[in-house]
Amino acid sequence: MDGTILYVEGVTVSFDGFKALHDLNFVMEPGELRVVIGPNGAGKTTLLDVICGKVKPTLGRVVFEQYTDLLHLHENDISNLGIGRKFQAPTVYTSLTVFENLELSLNRKKGVFNALFSRLSPMQRDNISNTLEITGLLEKKDEVAGLLSHGEKQWLEIGMVMMQEPKVMLVDEPVAGMTDHETEKTGQLLQKISKERSVLVIEHDMSFVRQIAQKVTVLHEGTVLFEGTVDEVQNHPKVKEVYLGRGDH
Amino acid sequence: MNLLPPSDSVFYLSNFNLNTAGKYMAYAILALGIDLLWGYTGILSLGQGIFFGLGAYCMGMHLMLSIGGDGAYQSDLPDFMVWNQVKTLPLFWKPFSSFTFSMIAVVAVPACVALVFGFLTFRSRIKGVYFSIITQALALTFWLLFNQNSLNLGGTNGLTDFKKILGYPLGEISTQRALFVITGICLILSFILCRWITNSCLGKVLIAIRDNEGRIRFSGYSASRYKLFVFVISAALAGLAGALYVPQVGIITPGQIGVLPSIEMIVWVAVGGRGTLVGALLGAIGVNWARSFLTSNYPDLWLYFLGALFIGVVLYFPKGMWEVSGKLKKVLRSRFKKKRLKEKQLV
Repeated sequence: MDGTILYVEGVTVSFDGFKALHDLNFVMEPGELRVVIGPNGAGKTTLLDVICGKVKPTLGRVVFEQYTDLLHLHENDISNLGIGRKFQAPTVYTSLTVFENLELSLNRKKGVFNALFSRLSPMQRDNISNTLEITGLLEKKDEVAGLLSHGEKQWLEIGMVMMQEPKVMLVDEPVAGMTDHETEKTGQLLQKISKERSVLVIEHDMSFVRQIAQKVTVLHEGTVLFEGTVDEVQNHPKVKEVYLGRGDH
Repeated sequence: MNLLPPSDSVFYLSNFNLNTAGKYMAYAILALGIDLLWGYTGILSLGQGIFFGLGAYCMGMHLMLSIGGDGAYQSDLPDFMVWNQVKTLPLFWKPFSSFTFSMIAVVAVPACVALVFGFLTFRSRIKGVYFSIITQALALTFWLLFNQNSLNLGGTNGLTDFKKILGYPLGEISTQRALFVITGICLILSFILCRWITNSCLGKVLIAIRDNEGRIRFSGYSASRYKLFVFVISAALAGLAGALYVPQVGIITPGQIGVLPSIEMIVWVAVGGRGTLVGALLGAIGVNWARSFLTSNYPDLWLYFLGALFIGVVLYFPKGMWEVSGKLKKVLRSRFKKKRLKEKQLV
């Protein structure tokens, strides 16, 4: 596990006897942009849930930056360590404005009394404006997030995770339901982000995977089937059999 | 106390009206706490009467001890204890002879109860309707407990026959006026405190918890700690309200703090409008004013009215009356603008 940022070893998650993950091993190095693909029910989202603390595995361990065992930590502690999560369905705070959504996600002390007395510093304001610009939401900064379009909400949530300045960003199907134009823009956004931090993306859309991926991990029935480049994955007979062959990609 | 208007002014309040107005303001303080908890954070507590009651009983105990030997039995013990043949003052009553201690207790006791109860429930991630049901059960428990004579808090009759506060007779209008002014000041200060909280970053976290509690943890906030904070604040405000209520109304009984009063408190805020603070404040005053008016003029109608009001507001104005007034203003303003625009075009 030397030099790894995420080290997942022998993880099993069972829901009422159904094994969503089965003895899964997964390793990520700092600075990597990794894409995880797999058919429905392969356990992709569950893998992210385990890493960010939403689901506790029955067996195995998850180690962050070689020394920190994540299994005994609360979600908020894991988040503050530097693991940011973007959910599949866009989850933003619908009654707050775009600006406030980003403000809440700032990387700062998150205690009750910190929040009561904290004021935005000019640097933090710049930081927020910067993210607004990168995500293309500058003009909508005072709009209530609930009124944004689906794609805008996705970008806002990516922006929120960026504000946390995480070391690892977990991104679950960022382009689901997006137009081609939006998909391309999201791909560029993720590539830009991955220059500064490790990014783990779950995606179905193979053309999108081709646009962004360096290394692809294929999950099948809760365990890793294959790991390699996009070409290797697409030409691998077993992957074709369980995943690509069945889909219309 | 010459702060209040003279008797020939339109703003003059008779002694009775002064008392009722003071009572409404005390309720408004409690409603502010409910709004922080329910309107902003989305936590519906059906047990705010408990905290109101704890504050009220702390104050009541102090007032009982201030009676001294002036009671019906000329004993140093409160009358109901003589009646119940209690020979010595129970230990937990003793510190309440101090005014300072009592004033701290009216806020600290409900806050501590909320702290312990909230810690246990929020840590276990009990939320939504389950939290509401548990708080309601707790309200029932407290009501049953306070009805017990063996608790030495006056049983069903509660605490009453107060004579004076800090040596000033409660029967005198000047004392009542002073209490009215103090209640008004407390209301203003409570409003400022709540507004400060909602305007801070913490206020945004509270709204975020209401919008999506699951997400806020992944933004790095411990939702349970924030919920605990706002629960304790709302309990402290309810306790303060109870303490201001007692000397102005002159009695506190378990009937004023149980399940039903707790639900009524929720109705004030629902009718006034959630998540605005002003709505909750006006709701508490408005609904209670309507209650006084109806119970004295059409005593049979009050409960029907309250029920109809609650259902009506939930059905047609889910954001409460304050929202309606805001909308009305907007409509009138845009009409006015259109009219002016037309006039301009005609010119």
